[in-house]
Amino acid sequence: MPTTQISLIRLHTEIIKPPRALWVSFELGRPLGVPNDPAFQKRVLLATLRLIEEPKGPVLKDYPEDAPASTDQMTTLACPVNFAQEETNLTEREQLWEAFKKEMVSIRPWYDMAVKKRGRTTVGVSGLHLDAIGDFLCSFFEGGIPENPREDIPLPYTLNLVTDDLKAYYFESITAQPGQESTSSSVLSDWFWGETLAGEVLLAIRETCMDSEDALMRLVGRVLIVPTAQAHRSTSSK
Amino acid sequence: MARLEQLDDVTRKHLKGLKCPTFENQPWVEGPPLSKRRVAIVSTAGLHSKNDRPFTFDPGDYYRVIPGDIRADDLVMTHISTNFDHSGFQQDWNVVFPLDRLRELAEEGVIGSIADFHYSFMGAQDPMPMEQEARSLASLLKKDKVDAVLLVPV
Repeated sequence: MPTTQISLIRLHTEIIKPPRALWVSFELGRPLGVPNDPAFQKRVLLATLRLIEEPKGPVLKDYPEDAPASTDQMTTLACPVNFAQEETNLTEREQLWEAFKKEMVSIRPWYDMAVKKRGRTTVGVSGLHLDAIGDFLCSFFEGGIPENPREDIPLPYTLNLVTDDLKAYYFESITAQPGQESTSSSVLSDWFWGETLAGEVLLAIRETCMDSEDALMRLVGRVLIVPTAQAHRSTSSK
Repeated sequence: MARLEQLDDVTRKHLKGLKCPTFENQPWVEGPPLSKRRVAIVSTAGLHSKNDRPFTFDPGDYYRVIPGDIRADDLVMTHISTNFDHSGFQQDWNVVFPLDRLRELAEEGVIGSIADFHYSFMGAQDPMPMEQEARSLASLLKKDKVDAVLLVPV
């Protein structure tokens, strides 16, 4: 079966030696280079497909274009919440939770705008409705173990998918804002994990998972919720 | 950037240390010009229809079938790894699954046609146990009259 492929890690392609491969300099997760740029994607796709007509192989070529430069600035999304704004009997952790719920609500207009503009959303892989995600995560945040709302996969996988939904909700929202369409993925990731309360909550949930007696839950906490590049962060709430 | 030196230390070390399969020979299959080829996409991005079961590490959970008439709002990603950018796919499915681009090329006559079915594996697994499934998939692709497979990583 004739194949041609895009290669993201040139070292691996050099070892495996597939029949036809086009190495691209794009970041992991973006094999066609950049979203919302049909002309660029088409050039990459054509360069890959044209390798089918090479007379002999194995063929490994380097695509000459880098992905277009992206924006390296981020507009602050949610209004910062001042924990000390009023006398409260809530613990620091409870205050974080309440602030997180407000943050989720505050970005909903942008999420709705994103769905309308793109005609699609990737939120929903967990099977939970967006409004139910918070309650589900709350149990973990408080150190407990909720019931699994799914019957087909074990709870750790459900949790992983719910965290994916939460991240997608935030990323789809922020990239719908004016000027944010071409923000680089590293800026997006730093924003989510370093500046949002959602990131803070997931960092806390990571700790809960890593203390679990369930090996799969510990795996989810250790490697599946927080990207390696952000693993140095820790929650400030105890 | 997927230049190794530009990745964070942990990811770079992990990728450099990954054991890649090697093969005794390098098969080479020729065929008609691109304008006559029938093209299928095989992805490793953990893609599937919204109502399909999400990917897991369960033994034998290797790939999903993606119908050729799938719409963008029906394709989701449940790849286990969080160590690559998901935001590109969230904004535009073509950055990972370029079906719109492929459809345009078919309309323009650059390629012959598009397969009735595409497939997605989930790349965070050892590929070697998948050999039998991959061979079965090749048979399915032949039955779909595919003569050019576009392999897209993530």
